[in-house]
Amino acid sequence: MQNHPVYTDNDPQNELSTLNLGPTHPATHGVFQNVLQLDGERIVSGVSTIGYIHRAFEKIAEHRPFYQITPLTDRLNYCSSPINNMGWHMTVEKLLGITTPKRVDYLRVIVMELARISDHIICNGVLGVDTGAFTGFLYMMEFREAIYEIYEEVCGSRLTTNIGRIGGFERNFNAIAFAKLRKFLKDFPKTLKEFESLFNRNRIFVDRTKDVAAVTPEEALSYSWTGPILRATGVDYDVRVMEPYSSYEEFEFEVPVGPNGDVYSRFLVRNEEMWQSMRIIEQALTKLEKEPTDIFHADVPEFYLPPKEDVYNNMEALIYHFKIVMGEIPTPNTEVYHSVEGANGELGFYLVNDGGRSPYRLHFRRPSFINYQMYAPMSRGMLLSDAIINMSSLNVIAGELDA
Amino acid sequence: MAKIPNEELLKRIAENFSDKVTTVGEPYGLLTVETTRDQIIGLLTFLKTDAALKFIFLTDITAIHYPEQEGKEIGVIYHLHSLTTNTRIRIKVFLADGDVHIPTATVLWNGANWMERETYDFFGVIFDGHPDLRRILNVDDMTAFPMRKEFPLEDPNRVDKKDYFFGR
Repeated sequence: MQNHPVYTDNDPQNELSTLNLGPTHPATHGVFQNVLQLDGERIVSGVSTIGYIHRAFEKIAEHRPFYQITPLTDRLNYCSSPINNMGWHMTVEKLLGITTPKRVDYLRVIVMELARISDHIICNGVLGVDTGAFTGFLYMMEFREAIYEIYEEVCGSRLTTNIGRIGGFERNFNAIAFAKLRKFLKDFPKTLKEFESLFNRNRIFVDRTKDVAAVTPEEALSYSWTGPILRATGVDYDVRVMEPYSSYEEFEFEVPVGPNGDVYSRFLVRNEEMWQSMRIIEQALTKLEKEPTDIFHADVPEFYLPPKEDVYNNMEALIYHFKIVMGEIPTPNTEVYHSVEGANGELGFYLVNDGGRSPYRLHFRRPSFINYQMYAPMSRGMLLSDAIINMSSLNVIAGELDA
Repeated sequence: MAKIPNEELLKRIAENFSDKVTTVGEPYGLLTVETTRDQIIGLLTFLKTDAALKFIFLTDITAIHYPEQEGKEIGVIYHLHSLTTNTRIRIKVFLADGDVHIPTATVLWNGANWMERETYDFFGVIFDGHPDLRRILNVDDMTAFPMRKEFPLEDPNRVDKKDYFFGR
């Protein structure tokens, strides 16, 4: 944190002004309220108020069967819903002891890495907007659209994807999905390169972001930071490497770390992660060539809903359909913690099961919630305009913050 | 460094806490231990500062409500992570309903602040010594603790979901 001189509340020489930044301020990109005490343009102190879009997902989840919780996870970090969906499926699979075929793992990796790219596109694009450069944002937005079109081919929806099922995917990837994916991989590097040359050595951008909101690794770890913002401080913690899931151990990729944890480092880390994500997707496509093309889910009829046309013509399918919908399949009476590397950090699912059809207790470890709590303390002594870009670079998503 | 085997981890804990920490199990390889609220800060401090273990990272704090467990209704759950050895541990402390006090972990991790506020907000667990124990996601004037099992999901005063409208 920075060491600018700050005036205290009871200093009679100074009159502080109170500013309500949010809850609906155009520069905060979401529902965030911070009540700031300002001395001129410098922040003396701030208090964050959160919970404006709290929807009690943990409570709702206790009343829903496992497969109906997936749409709730969509609405956590809605900039990268597929990662949340996959994280939840993998948590349930870990609980039930389901092993997925390799092809499912690779398809999941593709979808998750696309989600990571789309999330970073938003974050870095918006960071450019907040420092006064709209161009990069518009250039990059085109490719978020391309990613959403791939989602559309895979699952039919774009933002809140509800993609995949417990055990795999609801349908196979079609040829158009692969064609769009290949086109994306071909076109995106050029734009990302352009984006980087627009910003990385841009004097205005560097002056606005370098050494702003610099955080030491000790502070970051004490505040339980995870994800790109932790890696920007130099700590190479990435769940994909530490506890590989979905066959991530088979992929070659680097974990970028930043030099000093400031806004500029976070920007660079996210850019590099997009390059690495593309590298992972390329490898996944190569690996997919060796896999049978018709497998898209694990063979777990007691948890994976049969195709509807089978339900009416096939006795077994009808029985399983009935059992799944009525929740008559016993599940282990135990607890499980599973985490995935979300776009913002470690997204954990702590699932306590009592053997029934819905969780006894489900807790989401939401990286945005945990990352955001340092925001008010670290804003002390900062310029208001720096605090705005600091918030952009933390990439706090209101849905994930408030659950 | 490699993952610390659970037996070794347990042995290290037992050397310092003997019978004050009991093992609950190892679901899916994650060692789960139970302790009391008198011991919790001592145990967390030991795990964080021990030169071999170094559980420096607080992953999560949350709670669970078990209304039918007499005298152990509220369980507070800590997840710690040792980043250098890539080992996780889960610690549980059970509290009796009506006396839900537990010392705060904010003395060890700044990040515990909001996690504990969230736990207080939803379960009413009072973290003694917490610098700012207020509700965080719910409105300030709420009186109930909504994640407790007796709190209904739907507003009981709603009339549009009565069974007789559906012929039941």
